Amino acid sequence: MESLLLKNIDNPASAEIGEYRKTGGYQSLAKAVEMEPKQIVDEVKKAGLRGRGGAGFPVAMKWTFASADPKFPKYLLCNADEGEPGTFKDRPILEKNPHLLIEGMAISGHALKAEYGYIYLRGEYPAAKHILEKAIQQAYEENMLGSNILGKGIKFHLAVHQGAGAYICGEETALIESLEGDKGQPRIKPPFPVNVGVFSRPTVVNNVETLSNLPCIIGMGGEAYSKIGTPDCPGPKIFCISGHVEKPGVYELPMGTKLRDIIYTHCGGIKGGKKLKAVIPGGISTPVLPPDKIDCPMDFVNMPKHGSMLGSGAVIVMDDSVCMVRVCHRALRFFEHESCGKCTPCREGTGWLRAILGRIEEGEGMEGDIDMLLAVAANMLGKTFCPLGDGAASVVQNFIRYFRPEFEEHIKARKCTVNG
Amino acid sequence: MFTSASIKELEKIRAKYPTSRAALLPAIYIAQREFGWLSPEAYEAVADILEVPKATVRGVATFYAMYKQRPIGRHLIQLCTNVSCMILGAEKLVDFLKNSYGIVPGGVSSDGRYSLVIMECIGACGTAPAMLVNDDFYEDLTEKYIAEILDKYK
Ligand SMILES: Cc1cc2nc3c(=O)[nH]c(=O)nc-3n(C[C@H](O)[C@H](O)[C@H](O)COP(=O)(O)O)c2cc1C
Ligand code: SF4
Ligand code: FES
Repeated sequence: MESLLLKNIDNPASAEIGEYRKTGGYQSLAKAVEMEPKQIVDEVKKAGLRGRGGAGFPVAMKWTFASADPKFPKYLLCNADEGEPGTFKDRPILEKNPHLLIEGMAISGHALKAEYGYIYLRGEYPAAKHILEKAIQQAYEENMLGSNILGKGIKFHLAVHQGAGAYICGEETALIESLEGDKGQPRIKPPFPVNVGVFSRPTVVNNVETLSNLPCIIGMGGEAYSKIGTPDCPGPKIFCISGHVEKPGVYELPMGTKLRDIIYTHCGGIKGGKKLKAVIPGGISTPVLPPDKIDCPMDFVNMPKHGSMLGSGAVIVMDDSVCMVRVCHRALRFFEHESCGKCTPCREGTGWLRAILGRIEEGEGMEGDIDMLLAVAANMLGKTFCPLGDGAASVVQNFIRYFRPEFEEHIKARKCTVNG
Repeated sequence: MFTSASIKELEKIRAKYPTSRAALLPAIYIAQREFGWLSPEAYEAVADILEVPKATVRGVATFYAMYKQRPIGRHLIQLCTNVSCMILGAEKLVDFLKNSYGIVPGGVSSDGRYSLVIMECIGACGTAPAMLVNDDFYEDLTEKYIAEILDKYK
């Protein structure tokens, strides 16, 4: 498949507006400014575009809700917080193809009649901040942003807002709180951001990759776009593969590419010809899979049927030298650190899970610890304020579901039984 | 007190938002750059310029991992140990920094040259293990490579 999103990224000057325009850049925006906002939303609907931030929510539906709200001004926020461990798919767009995102946001801004946009960029991407700011300036100079885009009287202003190292700010209501200058703690829903979002105005939050699909959709038309990928989840998807494969990295492939093919065909199989032990298919918050469960099409609809989730498309591959107790413990250290502290089941639960896993790893686990882990997880599931807490609980449940004997051996042998 | 250059920069940032409160995170970044860390004077300066209570500034700043509540070394090493980096040996690199340079997580080397912070994922998992030194990414790390890199930061 020809790359649509990662086009040109091997060109060292790909972030320059002139280079971007050489291969058709900003032609979709020129087309979009001749369209009515409603027509753009209709094309996105025909395209069947789903959000690429993790949940796969239909984009046209979210946009229709925001458009129906009579309040103005409206805001468009780009979620560039990319914090889910294992995920590095938005970074190449931000650093190498910033104009694709800017063009996508200008088109989306017009579709939503949103006059202001912000890119909420994680603090850990300082290089991307400079690249984006320079690209935004170039776009203003060439009238692709501003108060009179391409002379058509359309207004869309765009700025970068830098986060400061909090994973939870990737959750859309926490992101809004953070943009407003507060601690990034999630808000209760409803009201939803499409009605009461940033600065109390109707707000759409979409992921970097989601918005970067807009130039392709307008360029080729929603109908043609919908033929890529699977019928329920059309389009290209950027997968990012890390861990024990021969060729880790980012791969733009059709939605629905099988996990096995990603690992063995595109990434060249397991490093050093070793044995596969486990795969986390969509970022650390998604359920781990054992080797006999990797024949699943990677999209938002099929992955849940195979016991996991597409998440951010971040595939972490582990060979048989990896200790599952250790990985699970490290994951829980992450969740404990990143719990925002707003609700008790998550704030306390992540700490307990981490502590019990820690003692099992260190050879001090006790009989009954595995059941205790499951009990704590069950007490968190469905009881936390936002999905972070659920994610932490389900990580523990799934590691135990597939690798329980390894946990038991650690407790019995009082040491790591994988790496001695 | 901020320098006049920082005050100008902050005015420009403020103009990007409908409320001055939204400029709080950027203002804390500027204060950190100017004062080296979030000293009492730094908090005072942010509170004054945005007319936000000092307690609010502190409450917000302490929520975020990248705001420094203590003085740091001249160069900040941010090393990832999350799963993709861990399974490719990141924790051995933590030991290496401790044994060869006397730098421990959360600490400053005795010559004040380096600080080390352990990071959650920094978005370089495909080229793990990875770290940032100040604003620069370094990937596919080995002990030898780290030694070469650190030599560049005097
Ligand atoms: C704990 C948590 C972290 C999240 N982190 C991110 C993130 O880093 N990037 C992102 O795009 N979406 C993230 N999301 C999803 C957002 O809340 C939101 O659904 C998304 O930005 C919507 O955009 P999309 O429809 O284009 O996917 C996160 C959600 C949760 C619950
Ligand atoms: S589930 Fe965790 S991260 Fe989410 S609101 Fe509760 S404490 Fe905060
Ligand atoms: S896990 Fe280390 S950079 Fe992502």
